[in-house]
Amino acid sequence: MRKVVVALVILLIVAHQDFWWWNDIEPLVFSFLPVGLAYHALLSVLAAIVWALAVKYCWPRELDVAEHEWADESMSKHQEL
Amino acid sequence: MTAFWIIIGYLAVLILLGIASNRVFRGTAVDYFLASRGVGGFMLLMSLFGTTMTAFAMVGSSGESFESGIGVYGMMASWSGIIHSLVFFLIGVKLWSFGKRYGYMTQIQFFRDRLESKRIGLVLFPVLVGMMIPYLLVGIIGLGNAMSGATTGAFPKAFAASNGAVPPWLGMGIVCAVVLLYVFVGGVRSTLWVNAFQNALFMTVGVVALIVIANRLGGPASATKMVAERYPTMLKREFDPKDEPRLQARVAAYEKKLTEWEQGGRQGDKPRDVKPPGIGKLQFLTYAFIPFSVAMFPHLFQYYLTAKSAKSFRLSVIMHPVCILVIWLPCVILGVWATSAVLDGNPVIPPTFTNTNAVLAKLVKDLTGPILGGLTAAGILATNSLDAQFLCLGSMFTNDIVAHHYGQRRFSDRQLVLLGRVFVVGVVVASYLLALARPRGVFELGVWCFAGYASLAPLVIGALYWPRMTKAGAYASILATALAWGWLFRASDYGGDEHFLVWGMMPVAVIIAVGTAALVLVSLTTSPPSARTIAKFFGRHGAQIRAQARGQ
Repeated sequence: MRKVVVALVILLIVAHQDFWWWNDIEPLVFSFLPVGLAYHALLSVLAAIVWALAVKYCWPRELDVAEHEWADESMSKHQEL
Repeated sequence: MTAFWIIIGYLAVLILLGIASNRVFRGTAVDYFLASRGVGGFMLLMSLFGTTMTAFAMVGSSGESFESGIGVYGMMASWSGIIHSLVFFLIGVKLWSFGKRYGYMTQIQFFRDRLESKRIGLVLFPVLVGMMIPYLLVGIIGLGNAMSGATTGAFPKAFAASNGAVPPWLGMGIVCAVVLLYVFVGGVRSTLWVNAFQNALFMTVGVVALIVIANRLGGPASATKMVAERYPTMLKREFDPKDEPRLQARVAAYEKKLTEWEQGGRQGDKPRDVKPPGIGKLQFLTYAFIPFSVAMFPHLFQYYLTAKSAKSFRLSVIMHPVCILVIWLPCVILGVWATSAVLDGNPVIPPTFTNTNAVLAKLVKDLTGPILGGLTAAGILATNSLDAQFLCLGSMFTNDIVAHHYGQRRFSDRQLVLLGRVFVVGVVVASYLLALARPRGVFELGVWCFAGYASLAPLVIGALYWPRMTKAGAYASILATALAWGWLFRASDYGGDEHFLVWGMMPVAVIIAVGTAALVLVSLTTSPPSARTIAKFFGRHGAQIRAQARGQ
């Protein structure tokens, strides 16, 4: 799944360069948003979804574990003092 | 007058939040500068989002879209949604982990350890602080002007010379005094609380203003139709030849203002240059490098360290693009509508209107009531990161200069807090006086300083992800970046050419390439960092490198 998420992030970056409707106004999404603007608004929402997947599948869980160890180290240092 | 009282109410809330945050202040330096490293997910999102959304978010976004059209959203907002979250995820979390484990309070402390160089601070400190000052001044001057614009006519007798508006020197003074007050009493916790309030304010105001203005213009479809008929270029990213007469009229208006400005002894701000609207594909692509500035901003580094745990970053990573959408989309749409909006047969904003930074305020003032006008003015005042910048500079002077020079152990916690507060006062007063002097070219320099932080991003990326990066490589990278930045800044007529590009690309792309090349080449040709440092910062990966080193 990590590779899929990395691929999605790369896809997001590639999809950002939407040269295919650089000079288009229509279709007007919801009758008022030009397609180039609606597409990038959608891209912001997709970015949030991709980052949610990254958090779920690529999160550095070792940090969550290490955090407790650092706290323990800190506690024992205090006790020694 | 309504706008004035709304602004006063808004500033009073900020002071109250500062005083309230002081009630939970623990009296320690780590609490004053880092909220005891105990900030949860929601508050971290609010502080990171609020700090990355500078004065540009409301005023600049509507002004830029008024000038260049819808492409501004894709170039600035949607790139930021992708890149900022990437930086929070890959850089913010790692920096937080080292800060938590090794007790860092500033960026320079981290670089000193990672690069095994006590002197790196001598190079980095002036660079980081020097680039923040113009950026700070732009914020203060912008807020003084915003307050002046919002209060026009409120005091016809007291401030007759400034059309009855609070004059900029007083507006800047009020803003600086309020920010100083809450930062002084509450430290970083007050800035977190204020950021949460400010975000709620400017997000709500933007959406409400969009709805109200759309209704005044006959609905959103009607407002967009006016643009499609009168100025179609604004709805795409290429210049439409049909808009040539309009462009000529704008150029003529600019040239007239420029002549008046030159003949008037160059008083005040230089009129903004007019360029044919439209965005180049390479410019659009290479703008991606600008949001990397959040990797090197010292005040954002400080916010990373406030997190309670790595998990606190999760909400920021996911929700940041959505928050950007909520604030930027209404402002960009309003800026585009403003180019062609007609009410009762008259344009709401004349086509030759050149003060693009005033577009949003004028649109809201003319098309809505005084309450929404006042709230928008408060929202504009809310989009700044002055508090975080003041506090961060106070922290850097305290920790990187005084505590480092004389030894951390010589000072008690109370003394460090006192020193921090004294430095914050000094920084605010010095910034205000500099803003009053209004150094020539400060706006141009401010924009370039923003790019300067982005240009230094390879330094932190290398420090976190490349064990082979050396002290010499870091020095070489900083030097090469500074030289490339200086050369291109000069080539842009010291920022005078606002539309300066290098082979169609944003200059930052070239500077980053030069800085990265110097970093890699010099690191590979100098001795690697010690095994102890590699183990300290790279753990398991460090062990492999040590094994390879033994094999050689």
